[in-house]
Amino acid sequence: MIKVLIPTTLRSFTDQNSELQLEGATVREVISALADEYPNTKKAIFDENGVPRPFVNIFVGENNIKKLNGYDTELKDGDTVMLIPAIAGGAPEKSLISEERAEKLTNDEIMRYSRHLLLKEIGIKGQKKLKAAKVLIVGLGGLGTPLAQYLAAVGVGTLGLIDFDEVDSSNLQRQVIHGTRDVGRPKVASAKDSIKQINPLVKVETYNTMLTAENALEIIEQYDVVADASDNYKTRYLVNDACVLLGKPDVFGAMYQFEGQTSVYYAKEGPCYRCMYPAPPPAGLVPSCAEGGVIGVLPGIIGTIQANEVIKLIVGGGESLVGRLMVLDAWKMRFHELKIDKDPDCPICGKHKTITELEEYDYEEFCGIKKQQEEEAPVESITAKELHRRIEAGEEITIVDVREPHERAIVKFPNAKVIPIGQLARRQNELNPNIDTVFICKEGKRSILAVNTLREAGYKGQMYNLKDGINTWARDVDKTMPQY
Amino acid sequence: MIVIEKSLLEKIEAEAEKSYPFECCGIIFGSIEKNEKLAHSIKSIVNNFGSGEEHHRFLITAEDMMRGELYARQNGLDIIGFYHSHPDHPAIPSDYDRDHALPVYSYLITSVKTGRADITASYVLSDNKFTAEEISAE
Repeated sequence: MIKVLIPTTLRSFTDQNSELQLEGATVREVISALADEYPNTKKAIFDENGVPRPFVNIFVGENNIKKLNGYDTELKDGDTVMLIPAIAGGAPEKSLISEERAEKLTNDEIMRYSRHLLLKEIGIKGQKKLKAAKVLIVGLGGLGTPLAQYLAAVGVGTLGLIDFDEVDSSNLQRQVIHGTRDVGRPKVASAKDSIKQINPLVKVETYNTMLTAENALEIIEQYDVVADASDNYKTRYLVNDACVLLGKPDVFGAMYQFEGQTSVYYAKEGPCYRCMYPAPPPAGLVPSCAEGGVIGVLPGIIGTIQANEVIKLIVGGGESLVGRLMVLDAWKMRFHELKIDKDPDCPICGKHKTITELEEYDYEEFCGIKKQQEEEAPVESITAKELHRRIEAGEEITIVDVREPHERAIVKFPNAKVIPIGQLARRQNELNPNIDTVFICKEGKRSILAVNTLREAGYKGQMYNLKDGINTWARDVDKTMPQY
Repeated sequence: MIVIEKSLLEKIEAEAEKSYPFECCGIIFGSIEKNEKLAHSIKSIVNNFGSGEEHHRFLITAEDMMRGELYARQNGLDIIGFYHSHPDHPAIPSDYDRDHALPVYSYLITSVKTGRADITASYVLSDNKFTAEEISAE
């Protein structure tokens, strides 16, 4: 005879008997004898296909039959067989969306989001949270593109889009949410059209304006999470600060040339952007993508990582990038991960907060924008048309092109002397101080730097900056020249 | 209803605080008479969930349960339920709790708010739903 011990949870199937005596030479025979005597136990131990339910374990003596011979484990008279349930549980996953807020899915949605529902980590529960979620995307450029496309496709209920800019043809190399015929349209309008095409079930709110200290709290307040896809320090600090004050996560992405960075700044759970970068670099030191360029797929990679982080925050679970900065070098194709600590002295999320509201904080000054403007003021500019007129009038003018060699390969400026910025100071004797000198670059920013550099180096001649760069020459003077 | 001595309840709450920010878990031994459970003793189980999710998951392995069953029978008791803590979450069963729960057993949940035990509540699974069970602390 074999002694079979029944746990309390299964006794309703055995007429409350806790211990049974059954015959059988193997575990299979004993379980079969149990099922013969108490047919309901079969339902409790096996599923419809006769496979043992995962929570029921069978022990012979103190050994799990998984470690013996399974159901074919042989038994001898006097052995004890125990049915043992495994017990698990726990608190819910941390999610931005409470279970109460989760929205029911329609049959159409169940079909559309089927591949999410098949993931046990997301499932119906997670998808209902996505439907209830409101995500604000700041900037509809390179990073904003995959964010908007994927978050719309996966069924985020409400997307907010904020951008003041219009689509330019130089955006199309990477901002694939905008098409050729969208050039000249507001980016938020173009993006909204694309989103509706991808998933008409998504509600889209557009803000065709710049995010400012005055409107940031009012806008961000309405959202559960913010994805920072902006391209400038002022907006990054503004988004971070508003998120810290409102207790929301800031899913951050940035890129330049071949390098991308992404992290989740969430002061409730870890460091904020100011813990990582207490102050921005001096204005003008780090060039933007418009000056330095960016490889077309990079925003696709970084922006989709941001979208992935947004989804996890909403659904709950997984490991978020809170406290970690992912850095990608797309040219060498290497990812690095940096640990970021919370700064106890952080002015907005530390112990002694000095920033408690946005409107009193001068973001322009903090980011050196004002200072730069003041410094720039004394540099004299000349327009493309005026420069053309003076050349045509036969005036003697030295033109210095400070662009990089690979930029000059795109378009050369007629009769220009080529001196890289780094060599200007020591090569200043190549310039004649008695003749006016005009510096040119792509956008008229590096040429200002060139003028200031030479001035500091003691050059006394009259210097001009070609206003808005070589592109205006192409626009206003020589229409056969390409713009870039 | 589950009848449990106050000192036993305090033991559970102390353990929930000690384990914070992780979840604690354990087995409750006692006897069942019709719908009333009488708690006799508890046995704390090392949370075996692992994989870095111990802050919101607990697992009592089949081996722990087997030893629990043997202990119960040697002492003329039954396993009547389990306790676990919800660090920084209310003492309400999660969907995960429900998905992994079994009938008859009492599931005691102690909420721990920033390190201090807050509320302990008990639930029983019936028709695949959790219903609150009265705790009578003596």
